[in-house]
Amino acid sequence: MSKTFSKDDNSVVVIVGSGAGGGTLADELTRQGVDVVILEAGKHHTQDDFENDEWAMFAKISWLDKRISAGGWHHTETYPNLPAWIVKGVGGSTMHWSGLALRFMEHEFKTRTTYGDVPGANVLDWPISYEELAPYYEVAERKMGVAGTKASGLPPMPPNNHYKVIEAGARKIGYKEIVRPVASNTRPNDGRPACQQIGYCMQGCKIGAKWSTLYSEIPRAMKTGHAELRPQSMVLRIEHDSSGKATGVLYADKDGNHHLQKARVVCVAGNSIESPRLLLNSASSQFPNGLANSSGQVGRNYMNHTTAAALTINPGPVYMYRGFDIAAVVSDEVANNTRRGFVGGYHLEGLALHLPFTAAFMKPGGWGREVSSALEMYDHMSCVWVCGEDLAQEENSITLHPTEKDQHGLPIPIVTKTDHTNDAAMRRHGLAQWRKLSEAVGATRVIDMPPYPASHNMGTNRMSAKARDGVVNKWGQTHDIKNLFVSDGSQFTSSGAANPTLTIVALAIRQAEYIAGAMKRREL
Amino acid sequence: MKDDQHGSLATADMRVLEKRITVSRRAFLKGSGMAAGVGALSAGSLMLPARDALAAEFTTLGAATGKTLLVMARDIFPHDKISDRYYMLAIEPYDAKAAKDPALAKLIGDGVAQLDALARTRFGKPYAEVDTEVQRVSLLYEIEHGAFFQKIKGDMVTGFYNNKAVWPFFGEEGSSWEKGGYINRGFDDIDWLPKA
Ligand SMILES: Cc1cc2nc3c(=O)[nH]c(=O)nc-3n(C[C@H](O)[C@H](O)[C@H](O)COP(=O)(O)OP(=O)(O)OC[C@H]3O[C@@H](n4cnc5c(N)ncnc54)[C@H](O)[C@@H]3O)c2cc1C
Ligand code: SF4
Repeated sequence: MSKTFSKDDNSVVVIVGSGAGGGTLADELTRQGVDVVILEAGKHHTQDDFENDEWAMFAKISWLDKRISAGGWHHTETYPNLPAWIVKGVGGSTMHWSGLALRFMEHEFKTRTTYGDVPGANVLDWPISYEELAPYYEVAERKMGVAGTKASGLPPMPPNNHYKVIEAGARKIGYKEIVRPVASNTRPNDGRPACQQIGYCMQGCKIGAKWSTLYSEIPRAMKTGHAELRPQSMVLRIEHDSSGKATGVLYADKDGNHHLQKARVVCVAGNSIESPRLLLNSASSQFPNGLANSSGQVGRNYMNHTTAAALTINPGPVYMYRGFDIAAVVSDEVANNTRRGFVGGYHLEGLALHLPFTAAFMKPGGWGREVSSALEMYDHMSCVWVCGEDLAQEENSITLHPTEKDQHGLPIPIVTKTDHTNDAAMRRHGLAQWRKLSEAVGATRVIDMPPYPASHNMGTNRMSAKARDGVVNKWGQTHDIKNLFVSDGSQFTSSGAANPTLTIVALAIRQAEYIAGAMKRREL
Repeated sequence: MKDDQHGSLATADMRVLEKRITVSRRAFLKGSGMAAGVGALSAGSLMLPARDALAAEFTTLGAATGKTLLVMARDIFPHDKISDRYYMLAIEPYDAKAAKDPALAKLIGDGVAQLDALARTRFGKPYAEVDTEVQRVSLLYEIEHGAFFQKIKGDMVTGFYNNKAVWPFFGEEGSSWEKGGYINRGFDDIDWLPKA
């Protein structure tokens, strides 16, 4: 029962982006009777379009509009025009995501208090605490069907070979917190089937066992009769009136025609590169530095986790790709234990790649026997991704290119990232621990890999108690413009060591409650 | 399981793949679409040594360039048990592309000429005829940052490793949803782990 709203209807909430944040927000708002128009830049794919093929899916659903990697990170060399790995399409990056649904730790909401003043970083406490978010984490785990959680009631994901080899190594070197909360059905749930261990989760789950807003939240929102989805609609700017209130958005349809959709409230959920880019591109004579940017923090504090990856050649075959893509996850290193030489912590996450991506990511630029001899042992490999806290730094940022424009005539984004010394120390520690873990089960070779294009992007419109320190308040509402919200990972004040999506979803559920309430109270 | 290094660990059940291609050479040559072009060897070329016969398929770029590309492809990602024809699948598209794209034809033509000149200075013969891999690789190191090498190497990452025909050599099984995933096909059958 999809609905159509007039472009002049200024009673609707416009949501920009339909991924983890936008899709969830649409579901939660429509459930409360609020009318929404979802504008999504990408196409509306269905599961019929999903292939068990890494490069084919990469080409089909990635955001490939030009971006530039800048700063001191490795990506300026390895991935100069692909700083981040993000999806353009209905469902956003929840089509590609690998499904690991971890909660933040208590201290990760209080990084300034816990870590103190870290020189060179721009660390700040969140204006909300773990306790405040905990009930929403519960709802999120239930909605997403996170296997092995109390909230969902779903049994844990059964261990696959890749899980077992990592778990065995982890236990041997004394690790105890080995977890695997993944948002994939371990029995039929929410109208979706149980996981069949297909093992191409990152290519879009062909059967829909893995959670994605594409086939969970978006159709549910549409069914209420309170939502309209407009795919291939790229929002170009947010309009405002002279009182400084947002009045609607200008967007381009698939043929490049421009339309103005009026709105009572605008929620931006385009992921942490496009969301600040949109605010910056919406600069006007009244707001010359971009919307909601009185603090100058829009686009600043870009975080994408301190990551590293490694491949291990084991003494026997593993076939890491058989079964759910996330294997064992070691959480023992998440606590803040500064004796390791850095603040914050990290997860060691088993994450399977197929042969084509293994060849591409193992040693970008590499060749010769060093590379080919390792790949010949692909069937014996296990693979880790280190996911650790990335400290906010002001200079790490999304900025607009002074001259180069995209197909819509908008300046392309420059993604600048330089490691903090803390990141480098953490990365070294994580890779050394993985080596020990691997050797404990007889690994014959361990190959460190550079970080992948960033799949976790955070912090560029961060939450802050005081308006001068960030962009949004504890509801994701911009400090400057009452009816303008940010609903994705760009709200994050710290990155934590957890993959972001569960927290994005929990925040969106909480934000929807706030928006619906404020609308009823006529505060919005 | 039959393990290549730890035979003594063998027990019963792990579904282990032999890393080799099971289709016969004949079937391969007749081939599906993937072997087109390579499969269509002309009668005359069957009289040549295998590598020269493959190189003779380069009608736009010429056999000498074809052979250089073929040797280079193998030196970039050497797999001793994988025959030239699989490398050919990765580089053969250049011939048709070069016919339509003069810039590409020039990049390849100039690149090969430069590589051969280096080889002649150092070893007294063109690159493809230089005797050992170590010697040839020493030449590739000298050009590895140039556009020609980068192009060939970059394309090989997908042209070679993303070719489903080579996956069996690596134990990669490819698309699995149509087979019902691995839930009943060994997602959890690892049998060599030391007991906890
Ligand atoms: C390969 C991969 C694996 C991952 N694995 C995990 C994991 O295991 N666990 C985890 O927690 N996270 C994981 N992630 C990250 C996760 O997918 C993202 O954190 C999450 O989806 C971000 O949600 P979002 O709402 O901010 O943005 P997205 O989900 O990316 O959605 C943003 C949407 O907005 C659209 N959009 C952007 N700009 C505009 C505009 N101007 N107008 C209209 N539409 C616009 C985009 O097209 C996109 O569809 C993974 C990501 C990738 C790529
Ligand atoms: S392993 Fe499970 S979640 Fe992943 S693609 Fe297969 S069925 Fe979907």
